[in-house]
Amino acid sequence: MTTLTDPPKASFRLSMLIYDTRYRSLTIQAVAMIGFMLLAAWLINNTMTNLETLGKTPQFGFLLEPAGYDINQRLLDYNSQDTHMRASLLGLLNTLLVAVMGCITATVIGVLVGVLRLSKNWIVAKIMTVYVEMFRNVPVLLWIVLAMAILIESLPAPRAFRGENPEATMNLFDTVAVTNRGIYVPEPLFSNSLGNIHLLGQSSLRFDVSVDLIAILIVFGLSIFGITKVNARAKRIQEATGDRPNTLWTNLGLFFVPTGILLAALGFHLGYPELKGFNFKGGTHMRNSLIALWLALSLYTAAFIAEIVRGGILAVSHGQTEAANALGMRPGRTMRLVILPQALRVIIPPMISNYLNLTKNSSLAIAVGYMDITGTLGGITMNQTGRELETVLMLMLCYLTISLSISMVMNWYNNRVKLVER
Amino acid sequence: MSDVSFVRTEMLPEKEPPGSSVGVIGWMRANLFDGVINSILTILSLIFCYFVLEGLLSWTFQSVWNASSLTECREVMVATWGKTHGHACWAVINDRWLQLLYGFYPPYPAEAGVNFGEGTGSWPAYFRPNLSFVLLLIAVAPVLFDKLPRKLLIVTAVYPFLMPWLMWGGSLWGPLMVAAGFGIGLLAYRLLTPVIGGLGGIIVAIALPVIWWLFLVGSVAAGLESVVSISIPEVESRKFGGFMLSILIGVVAIGCSLPIGIVLALGRQSDLMIVKTLCVGFIEFIRGVPLITLLFVASVLLNIFLPPGTEFDIILRVLIMVTLFASAYMAEVVRGGLAALPKGQYEGADSLGLNYWQSQRLIIMPQALKISIPGIVSTFIGVFKDTTLVSIIGLLDPLGLSNAIRADAAWNGIYWELFAFIAFLFFVFCFGMSRYSMYLERKLHKGH
Repeated sequence: MTTLTDPPKASFRLSMLIYDTRYRSLTIQAVAMIGFMLLAAWLINNTMTNLETLGKTPQFGFLLEPAGYDINQRLLDYNSQDTHMRASLLGLLNTLLVAVMGCITATVIGVLVGVLRLSKNWIVAKIMTVYVEMFRNVPVLLWIVLAMAILIESLPAPRAFRGENPEATMNLFDTVAVTNRGIYVPEPLFSNSLGNIHLLGQSSLRFDVSVDLIAILIVFGLSIFGITKVNARAKRIQEATGDRPNTLWTNLGLFFVPTGILLAALGFHLGYPELKGFNFKGGTHMRNSLIALWLALSLYTAAFIAEIVRGGILAVSHGQTEAANALGMRPGRTMRLVILPQALRVIIPPMISNYLNLTKNSSLAIAVGYMDITGTLGGITMNQTGRELETVLMLMLCYLTISLSISMVMNWYNNRVKLVER
Repeated sequence: MSDVSFVRTEMLPEKEPPGSSVGVIGWMRANLFDGVINSILTILSLIFCYFVLEGLLSWTFQSVWNASSLTECREVMVATWGKTHGHACWAVINDRWLQLLYGFYPPYPAEAGVNFGEGTGSWPAYFRPNLSFVLLLIAVAPVLFDKLPRKLLIVTAVYPFLMPWLMWGGSLWGPLMVAAGFGIGLLAYRLLTPVIGGLGGIIVAIALPVIWWLFLVGSVAAGLESVVSISIPEVESRKFGGFMLSILIGVVAIGCSLPIGIVLALGRQSDLMIVKTLCVGFIEFIRGVPLITLLFVASVLLNIFLPPGTEFDIILRVLIMVTLFASAYMAEVVRGGLAALPKGQYEGADSLGLNYWQSQRLIIMPQALKISIPGIVSTFIGVFKDTTLVSIIGLLDPLGLSNAIRADAAWNGIYWELFAFIAFLFFVFCFGMSRYSMYLERKLHKGH
């Protein structure tokens, strides 16, 4: 005879915290948490004690004091009487400027090199391989200082442009001056300008917005919107009747005419650089430090992007192309509908992390004297005010914000294109 | 009906392929002049190569090797070729290569007060860093190539304790006693496990060495040193420089970051919420900021975080920060490997009844690490290249030294030769590493 008994009621004993896998994870986490808290408390306690001894209790008031140093490459107005906060803001903008410029050029060069490396032409492929290996295996800092040295040492000085028979001449129909003090390019000017809107008054974060630019953007945006509407209508007609109306001329007209009329109305013209006295005046001056940093970062990152693009294209198996051909697809469509979507899934995530690396590497600007945020906040401001803790924390915070926003974009993309498994 | 046959009845002998499709000509037709666009590209590339090589080769090989200053170099150039540009002045490398390799590390380290003259001493110049480097190669070799005798692994185990002693000098008892800590831990585990059970044994085996390292090592080593003195002259950290410094930082960061990175990756993949959050926070923080800000922390802030009065030298602080930096990247690479394993592997390990550590050690890690080899090596390369950043906080790595050399009146204004030399050495190391990773990938590729 058998009797059914309830399983013995599990009573909780202390040893189960260690030996029972159900509770052990709780124990481990509690220990980890306590350990982390102790460590953090110890570090903070040390920091407070040390800072008190040094007489530097953390405060951020120094940000509102006059900076007293100049920033030569800048996107907003600034003078040395402005605050440290404004200097940092300009530094941040400079970081973003070189990062965006670098990402665009690096992508263009990288895609080109990556595709050419797969070329059937032996010598082209080998040249690209040499380029990639050369840039990937030498530190980026070396490339940056090398680019700076090349610009300073090998380009003509402004005075070489003077005289009846100058040693150097301006490029591109006398519009661009390449000198060892930087490159002068034409700047857009408006003779009937609508003026600027001053935002945020006289505070450290003030900035001016050009009404001309806004007007141009609005008109151009409307044109693009019109073009999409025209295309949508063409598609509707095509689906209803089978004939697609010719939209080329309408689209071209919409693209150029409204913006062109607006530009003409605003009196758009280019301000060319001119040699006056010992230096060029007029035009937009891109300093050597910016150019060197931009060039070096683009070429360096392009080498990595080239490898990513090459890998991405190789990762799509040849069977896909063959299958598309078997379905009767033309090569262009095969590329656009079959190969690229699959290659991009492989290419885009590492590409974005390379953009991130480029942005972080732009902090090496300090080696050539480009005033990015590391140069202003982490460089001169830190040295002048002696507020190491605050400045380094703010610096890290700025970079963290940039990086985390980029990673968020990347995670969103990864989740969208992820292959669904069980 | 005629018996004229229109079909050949016997086989013809095979013919040679046409001359235009085999050999050099065939190869060139297939790879260089295949169509109009390709031909144009080939010709343009050849012209480009000609100009680059022409300039580069004459610059490199028609050069001055013996001169004591840039001015003298230029005089020789004018005397020989009639112009100064287009010719390298390798004399600067000839003059300063020892500095570029070793920084200001003394060739014959001596105790303070003892005066060794040039070329004296019982050992060859730079004996200690050179021996460290050779031992490094020996220590790394059995890890890299599994055909070598396993006994060499002893060198690998000893090296982490031997290298600091050789480089910084001082008493041998310090590193010996630090190594003894591991012995104490092992001994405690062996002896105590039968007495107080497995878990208690592990806890004691971790706690005892930590106590030993934190509180006892210094005094015991000093005591032993006063009884039996085994010491060599000390070298201060600020004398370290050149490629020696780059390799030192690179090797330490690479060596320490792999284990830390694996632990962080496991933490990030684990189900324990708090552990996971801590690991994610650490990894994302380190990866989100540039190395240069971490080096700022090393140079100005790290001493503030530590108990008042703690002073340790800048190289050690930089080593700590670079290691942390590398581990975060390593963790992401290893995590990629872990994530790339098919779920079946984890489930298979579970169904065999293996516990967490067993399944990690026997099933997951070998495969995950194999998948992540390219990433691991490219992280290594990245870390090694990033060691140049220490020049920004004032350490004398090759780039920092190149500025120092240029500050000398004799070599003021010399750029290309120094940069070329530094770039060449970095290229050799990094290219070598990437080739090794490709070799390893091929070797470990067990698929079909």
